[in-house]
Amino acid sequence: MSNSIYTVVRPDGDNRFGLAQETSEGLQELGERSATTAAALAKESGVTLRIPEGEAELEGDSDDGRMIINMGPQHPSTHGVLRIMLEIEGETVLRSKPVVGYLHTGMEKTAENLTYLQGTTNVTRMDYLSPLNNELVFCLAAESLLGIELPERATWIRMLMSELNRIASHVMWLATNGMDLGSTSMMIFGFRDREMVLSFFEKASGLRMNNNYIRVGGVAADLPDGWEDDVTAIIDTIEARTSDYDELITGQPIFRERVVGVGVMSPEEAVALSASGPILRASGVPWDLRKEMPYLFYDQLDFDVIVGSVGDTYDRYAVRLFEIRESISIVRQILERMPSGPYRTLDPKVTPPPRARIDESMEALIHHFKLFTEGIRIPPGESYVAIESPRGELGCYMVSDGSARPFRMHIRGPSFVNLQSLPVMLHGGMLADAVAVISSVDPVMGEVDR
Amino acid sequence: MSEVILLKRSDYLSTVEARHQEGYIYLADLTCVDYLNDHTRAMEDGVQLERFELVVNLRSFAPPAIIRLRVQIPEGNPVAPSIFALYPGAEAMEREVYDLFGVRFENHPDLTRILLPEDWEGHPLRKDYGVGRVPVQFKEVKRNR
Repeated sequence: MSNSIYTVVRPDGDNRFGLAQETSEGLQELGERSATTAAALAKESGVTLRIPEGEAELEGDSDDGRMIINMGPQHPSTHGVLRIMLEIEGETVLRSKPVVGYLHTGMEKTAENLTYLQGTTNVTRMDYLSPLNNELVFCLAAESLLGIELPERATWIRMLMSELNRIASHVMWLATNGMDLGSTSMMIFGFRDREMVLSFFEKASGLRMNNNYIRVGGVAADLPDGWEDDVTAIIDTIEARTSDYDELITGQPIFRERVVGVGVMSPEEAVALSASGPILRASGVPWDLRKEMPYLFYDQLDFDVIVGSVGDTYDRYAVRLFEIRESISIVRQILERMPSGPYRTLDPKVTPPPRARIDESMEALIHHFKLFTEGIRIPPGESYVAIESPRGELGCYMVSDGSARPFRMHIRGPSFVNLQSLPVMLHGGMLADAVAVISSVDPVMGEVDR
Repeated sequence: MSEVILLKRSDYLSTVEARHQEGYIYLADLTCVDYLNDHTRAMEDGVQLERFELVVNLRSFAPPAIIRLRVQIPEGNPVAPSIFALYPGAEAMEREVYDLFGVRFENHPDLTRILLPEDWEGHPLRKDYGVGRVPVQFKEVKRNR
């Protein structure tokens, strides 16, 4: 008997695994670990494929049945222009590599040439399914450098819009996930519900998407008359319908067959890979920035953090479905507590004066002129602000040199970072499950590529 | 609100390791800033400020906390140690910094461009990278059109 540490025959001769004790080749046992070649080791333990994007074949011999296939960038289930290189052996996915950048337009460079008023129109186009959250994080970063206090109503309006946007984004995810798994009816239902929220956004901001509603110093306009009735109607309808979707999807055997136990990620892996949002929580890590490091007035609200236990595609579905209900409960509390008052700061260096004041006050005229020719000047400094967007930790790192444009503006996109978890989830699964797993990560390519 | 630490490049890896031991197990963000020709920057807290600054945000879950490391990377030799071994989530973020700023990371498993095409020239987020031209550099496209 060799001294291999991987021998399966115990010293006392107990043959636990029922292997043949004696064969013509001697004892049947595993060889030394060091005897495994590097290529075989990578195949066994590596999850991330690290070959150039232009490569079509694996190095070494291809006689062992492994091959590379490209999924995307035009695949309908990749939600945009995501390309994934998959190393497959038969129907099993071994290693994979997400290839991104097809939508890169240099928005961080563009931001360096835009004023703080124009900046929100830029960031709102990144994560186009939750534009208001992008605007919010940009404004919070700028305001942390400005050091201004916002009127209470402005903050509550921001929370209302942010939560409604979360509902719209998660409902949209239910729709696209349904489509990926063959449930076309869910897709139509999801888009129908999202449209209700978008109609309200249109009423408040004038635009369905890319609203540019949240601005540095507050919001662009006060909520429209009768907004309470609109919002109540939206959340009542969606709440009733989430129960329908629960019934339609959750217990359905075909759906469960596709998602339960598929694409499992452990909490340790999720934390190590910097995953955030529903993916991190589905793996069992109770981390929600709204709860743990509250911004706005989230510390005054009562809501639960939804946590999964297995970390599979089903958990990621369940976390998002229940988050819709939590957001609805948050919106109800906001409806009750919305204070009256100004909807943007009264600081004349940030907010332009009302039209009537310009005729009677020289200072108001100067402020008006300076704000519209030059923009808001922000004192030098640097700041990192993070909020919980529907997809996870959305961060904004802003450096100001004292001028009216950011010296550097960096967005930490949750989709960009979450894509790194994809190889872990896909490893060892079936090729057909890849569609379900990619959908469960919910990447928005506008934010990944920026 | 959050703790900010200015660091020399030589102290980067040891500081990150020490913070990881303290419970800062989550890498929130890793990015870079190019302070080209910013003559107001000289010395702060005994650290010589350089052209590139690597900005690393680390989170601790219990208790909830965030710290920011600002690591100075000199212009002449823009190289930094990779923290991939401690934070596997740094892989894409370091690739992005390499792609857009040209800061190379030692011991990174796959330091290639991530957002731009593989044959792109230059690093666009550097302050001396010209804007205003038409930089279409895709493969098999003639440059002289």
